[in-house]
This record gives sequence, C-alpha cells and structure tokens, in this order.
Amino acid sequence: MELVTPEVGLVFWTLISFLILLFLLGKFAWKPILAAINEREQSIETALSRAEAVKEEMARLTGENEALLKSARAERDAILSEATKVKNQIISDAKDAAQKEGSRQIELARIEINNRKAIAMADVKNQVASLSLEIAEKVLRKQFEDQKKQDELVKDLLRDVKLS
Amino acid sequence: MINGSILKTKIFNITLICAFFLALGAFPTKALSQENKPEGGEKKFNPQEIIMEHIADKHEWHMYGKSYLPLPIILYTDKGLETFSSAHLQPQGTVYAGKYYSYMLVNNKIKVADTNGKIDEVNNKKVLDFSITQNVASMWMTGIILILVFFSMSSAYRKRPGKGPKGIQSWMEPLVLFIRDDVALPNIGVKYKAYMPLLLTIFFFILINNIFGMIPVFPGAFNLTGNIAVTLVLSVIVLLVVNLKANKYYWKHIFVPNPWWLFPIMIPVEIVSIFSKPIALMIRLFANITAGHIIVLSLISLIYIFGTQWAAVVSVPFTVFIDCIEVLVAFLQAYIFTMLTSLFIGMAIQEHHDHEVI
Repeated sequence: MELVTPEVGLVFWTLISFLILLFLLGKFAWKPILAAINEREQSIETALSRAEAVKEEMARLTGENEALLKSARAERDAILSEATKVKNQIISDAKDAAQKEGSRQIELARIEINNRKAIAMADVKNQVASLSLEIAEKVLRKQFEDQKKQDELVKDLLRDVKLS
Repeated sequence: MINGSILKTKIFNITLICAFFLALGAFPTKALSQENKPEGGEKKFNPQEIIMEHIADKHEWHMYGKSYLPLPIILYTDKGLETFSSAHLQPQGTVYAGKYYSYMLVNNKIKVADTNGKIDEVNNKKVLDFSITQNVASMWMTGIILILVFFSMSSAYRKRPGKGPKGIQSWMEPLVLFIRDDVALPNIGVKYKAYMPLLLTIFFFILINNIFGMIPVFPGAFNLTGNIAVTLVLSVIVLLVVNLKANKYYWKHIFVPNPWWLFPIMIPVEIVSIFSKPIALMIRLFANITAGHIIVLSLISLIYIFGTQWAAVVSVPFTVFIDCIEVLVAFLQAYIFTMLTSLFIGMAIQEHHDHEVI
C-alpha cells in the first residue's frame, strides 16, 4: 500500500521541476530546434522542387533540341532529295536537249548533204548533159558530114515511126 | 592513421556498451551483499524487504559500498519550516532533535519521535515532508542533463543553420522527429505544433529517468518513473491539458450523448472516462517500471536465497536478459505515454466528431 501512496513532497517537487523543465526546454530548446528542423526541411523541399523544375526544364530543352535536330535532319533530307531530283532532272534535260540538238544537227547535216548532193548531181547532170551534147554534136557533126549517112538515118527514123 | 583511430574508438565503444550491460547484472550483487552483511549473519535474508527498500524513495543517495550522499531534509511543520541534513538521521533509528520536534527514520520515512525512539502519532500528522529525497535529487540531475543536451543541440542548430545534424544533434534529432512525425502529427493533426513542447518534454523526461533508473551504480539506481507520485503529476498535467484545451465537440460528446435515452448511463460513464484515461497512464508507467526493477532485484536476490554464488550462473544471465528487455521497456513506456497523451489531446480537439448530434 505504501508503494501506491503518493508522497506530498515528491508530488510537489515533481510538479515544480517538471513545469520548470517544460518551460526551459520549451522556450530555449524545443522551439528553436523544431523551427530549425522545419526551416531545413523547407529549404530541402524547395531545393528538391527547384532541382525537379530544372530537370524538367532540361528535359524540355533536350526535347526541343531533339525536335530541332530532327526537323533539321528532315529538312536536310528533303533538300538533298530535292537536289538529287533537280540534278537528275537537269541531267535528263541536258541529255534530252543534247540528243535533240544532236539529232537536229544530224538532220541539218543530212539535209545539207542531200542539198549538196542534189546540187552536185545537178551540176554533174548539167556537165554530163553539156558534155553529152558536145559529144553528140561532135559525133553528129562527124556522122552527118556525108549525105548518105544522113539519108540512112532519116530512113531508120522513119521506120521506127512506122513501127510505133 | 586517422581511420585507424576511428576504428579503434568504435571497437572501444562496443566493448563499453557490453561492459555497461554486464555491469547492470554485476553491480546489484555487490550492492546487496554490502548492505546485507553489516546487519549481521544471524538475520535471515528477506528479499521482499530489500526489494521494497530499493524501489521506494529514500532520504539519502547510496553511492559506493557504505558511503551515502546525504540529502537535505525540509519539513513543513505546524510551527514552521525545518531543514537539516539527512546525515543526522543515519543510521536508521537515530533520533535527531530538530528545532520543533525530534525525528527519526522508520523505513525511510521521517517520523516525529520522542528521544527514546517512540513514534509520536499525533504530531506526526502535523509534519509534511518536503525533503529533497533521492528521487527529487535524481530528477534534478536528469533535468540538468536534459537541459544541457537540448540546449547544446539547439545552439548547434543556431551555429550551423540549414546544415545536416552532427554530433548530439544526430542522436536526438531522430527521436524528436519521431515524436513529431509518428506521434504528434497522426494523433493530434494540424494543430500539433502547440503541443510539441509538452510531448517532447514528457517523452524525454520519462525516457531519461527510465534509463538512469536502470543504471545500478551511483548516478542511477533510483526508481523515479516507477514512483506513483511522479506518474501522478505527469498524468494530472495530461488531464489538465486535455480538458482545458478540449473543444465543444468533446464536451458535447460527454454531456449530450446520442440517443437521448442513454443520458443516465452515458454521462456518468463519460465523466469516469475523463479521469480513467490519465489514471491508466499513471498506473501503466508506474507498474511497468516498478515491475522491471522488482524482476531484476528478485533475480539477483536468488543468489542470496540459495546462499551460494553458483546461483549467479543462472541469475546473472537472466538479469542481463531482463535488463535488455527493460531498455526496450524504457523506450516503449516513454513512447506509449507520449503517444496516448497525444491521442487524448487529439480526441479532445478534433473538429468533426463521429457521434455528433445533428
């Protein structure tokens, strides 16, 4: 029974000591300690959120860069393919033009050749004709020097006329 | 070189801790034997007497062997205040003539007696004992330790603001955070900040006194948190805080139960519950700590009951085992007291009540 009977003196001193302890610790220890811990937690939190924001910003920038790179690459590809197309076009155009020009030239040459040939042939014909005429004149002149042969010819010609 | 010395100190600490636990078991043996022998071999060993003496409050603080630290005795008598050293009352049964009455110690209690050692029951009632007993002195000692520890901790925060904890900070900060995040915040809610000083003081006060009470040598070996007067004061403080801070929902819950026809039963029950909660706190702490001391002392007493030191082979390991459990209990009881305090506060100040009458 003695064990569970509180003694007045101890109750009194405990009450006073505990309240003093509560006051002193509360004022000079718990308040500053909790405030400091709180402050530190908040600074950690802000640092973390800031880091998170920076990370996001970085990711955004990286994404942007990537997109930029991608579009640049696509543009480059487009330009390249365009250039290739243009090049092929130019080459084929040039080829066509060259071919056309060649064939035109050939045609012209052919026409020229033909012209020349025709002219030459005409010339030759003329010369042959005049030569033949001269020869014929000369032959005729020779042939028709005597009268007899002339008559003979006339006879022959007439015979031919009869036949036809 | 530096790394080596750090390693060495770590090993040294582990051995120190082991030595400490071994000492817990080893020292009471000496203390008991030295106390027992001068009283004479013919006297039979009475474990109950010795255990009760160890558990109760005393007017002197046992140091080593036969040396005692005398403590001041302060008596409030009907004729005035009387102070003298407890050394005048040693050994027990010595009658000391004070200013107004003469006194002697009977079972560590101060009694008014005549010069022949006969107790004067009439005058005894007129004397109130406000002495600085062993428990009061040890409470001041632990209080000073708490103040030193936490003042230095708070100055460490001031010196290195925003930095991580270091030294004593890193020992105490987890406990402070534990009380804040796992005890106060979930039980009290958003208004927890106002109660943090009380909860932290209760927790560390109980914890340090539990721990020091288990040290079997001089600065410890008291039974403060296992004393009903101390737990009474703590629970009265809890009772006052809970009921003074309570809001209308709390009182409505007590005086306007739902449904109305339960009034005659519920109102008395609720009023009893106001007091039964702190009483449970008081008894729980007192009983747990006292029981721990009783078990340790009983195990050590086994050696003397059997009268052979071979009993130590059994009782010392058991004592070490119980001491380990008591370290756990020291933390656990401090935690439970704080947790229930914050739970009661939380119940008293919560805004939305489950049994709210519409």
